[in-house]
Amino acid sequence: MDWNIIFGQALTQGLGVQAIIYALAAIGLNIHFGYTGLLNFGQAGFLAVGAYALGVTVATFGQSLWLGVAFGLLGSVILALLLGIPTLRLRADYLAIVTIAAAEIIRLIVRSVTFRETFGGSDGINGFADEFYALNPFSSGLELGPISLTANNLWITVVGWGLVAISLLLVFLAMRSPWGRVLKGIREDEEAVRSLGKNVFAYKIQALVFGGLIGTLGGFVFALSNQSVQPDNYATTITFFAWAVLILGGAARVFGPVLGSLIFWFLLIFTNLALSEAVRAGYITFISSTQVGQIRFILLGLSLMLLMIYRPQGILGDKKELALDAR
Amino acid sequence: MPDDIQAQASNTRTLTPTVAAVRAALNGVSNEPGVAKPDPILVGSTITRAFGGLVAVDVDHLEVQRGSITALIGPNGAGKTTLFNLLTGFDQPNSGSWEFEGRELAHMRPYKVARLGMVRTFQLTKALSRMTVLDNMRLGATGQRGEGFFAGLVKGLWGAQEAANTTRAEEILSRFNLAEKSADFAGSLSGGQRKLLEMARALMTNPVMVMLDEPMAGVNPALTQSLLGHIKDLREQGMTVMFVEHDMDMVRDISDWVVVMAQGRIIAEGPPEVVMGDKVVVDAYLGAHHDQALTESGVSLQED
Repeated sequence: MDWNIIFGQALTQGLGVQAIIYALAAIGLNIHFGYTGLLNFGQAGFLAVGAYALGVTVATFGQSLWLGVAFGLLGSVILALLLGIPTLRLRADYLAIVTIAAAEIIRLIVRSVTFRETFGGSDGINGFADEFYALNPFSSGLELGPISLTANNLWITVVGWGLVAISLLLVFLAMRSPWGRVLKGIREDEEAVRSLGKNVFAYKIQALVFGGLIGTLGGFVFALSNQSVQPDNYATTITFFAWAVLILGGAARVFGPVLGSLIFWFLLIFTNLALSEAVRAGYITFISSTQVGQIRFILLGLSLMLLMIYRPQGILGDKKELALDAR
Repeated sequence: MPDDIQAQASNTRTLTPTVAAVRAALNGVSNEPGVAKPDPILVGSTITRAFGGLVAVDVDHLEVQRGSITALIGPNGAGKTTLFNLLTGFDQPNSGSWEFEGRELAHMRPYKVARLGMVRTFQLTKALSRMTVLDNMRLGATGQRGEGFFAGLVKGLWGAQEAANTTRAEEILSRFNLAEKSADFAGSLSGGQRKLLEMARALMTNPVMVMLDEPMAGVNPALTQSLLGHIKDLREQGMTVMFVEHDMDMVRDISDWVVVMAQGRIIAEGPPEVVMGDKVVVDAYLGAHHDQALTESGVSLQED
């Protein structure tokens, strides 16, 4: 067993695109849930809109990638409005139901045989990322201690972390402003905020759009790093992983989603590599290497349970806040 | 009721010129349900709200005198809170209309009602728990430039206004004896302090009329006097106050006018000392034959 390789690979992948995608998805959820109290269980839908906007614009219609980016952002806003306008006047749980259904509807539409010409069916779409990698300023990859990246990997990683940094800056600026204060008020008690003359519905829509847009950035990174989009990558798993990341890092904290994502992916990849190595080397005999994939999720679930028991506010959260009477 | 409290109550009535003026204006008004006032700030007619078969509110006419403290009393289930919800836009009426300073308010959204200057508090206090007391206050300020998303990103656009709002919030907080709590989470306050905070927060909106839903519920006696003082202060500052209350001593102490509801209807109106002696009111609270022995009343149980 070579611990250097295991550690290096876990670190490489843990700092890589997976962590970026889920950090962006969770930053979006943090705006929805952490600051505004909206239960969005369809974040995968916002990522899918971004990813498919790139794929369809370039590969299906032969247009520029940057037009695809514009369409992705526009589509994300439209999705947020479609989800929010009918549900945000109702109780919080209605948004939860509608978002989880909407994300699945999007996935089922793009993988359907009927729209195969446009969305590529269950095979998805390839070959739309050339324009992005043509801009790659790095001529060679990166070898830094245990971390090793190819040139293209390095490029998408740098761009991805750049997007994370911009998103964090926006969240920080927005949440220290009176605008962010209204969102937090809505999270605590929307009737009280209404009684002070604030248009609660309009603020909820704005929050849904803002968080959705950042989720869509995650979709861009996902599509560009794989250089392909596949419908089943945008199933509910993405949403629930993003939620786990958010709760792990600490909701309503600017850096919570990023820290959560780093830890989540490092642990997931590390346990996978370590267990597979141990099985291969014969240290563990009672499981096969194919079972490792499942075992790591059992361990992940266990550690999330322990976190909820001993640190329910997340890693960056403040226990005092949680101890308060929620009303 | 002990004599000294009564003396204190009548004492305050004669003290300030504001109160004297309000009382004088209401002096000539007859004590009938739905009577017109000389200078009404709120005028409503035929307001009804039914929940299924239950008619919770059925008010023929209601006027509230500008600058007065008007109490809304009545037994449990009389429809007081429902009427409050209707007037402030938090519930929609089945029929009826009402004007606030000459503007039609029926079916208006609650945040718009609040922006026109009619601000309410809630029976179950709504302190925003995981926000500091100061942030609770600052949220109340109106016309904040930084409450737009894009303007909010640039602190230069709203920093000065925020500083002014903060100063004002701290002033009001110190008046309400909450100044040293300003950095604490609102959720850590006691029930009485939350009532104070909610009232202080409502004041941040510069209201014209304040609607208080049971301001004394759950407040310990030590804080009661201070809360009463604050409500009287609102009147001194020219605001109109309407409140729902069960505590009759408080009603007698601070209100200029009392409106009594029972079973959704207004059954009596008048100055506190007149209304409390009204037979209709006593009957509404205690039942029509409460002071008669059943055998002598001439009413048998079968007839009911």
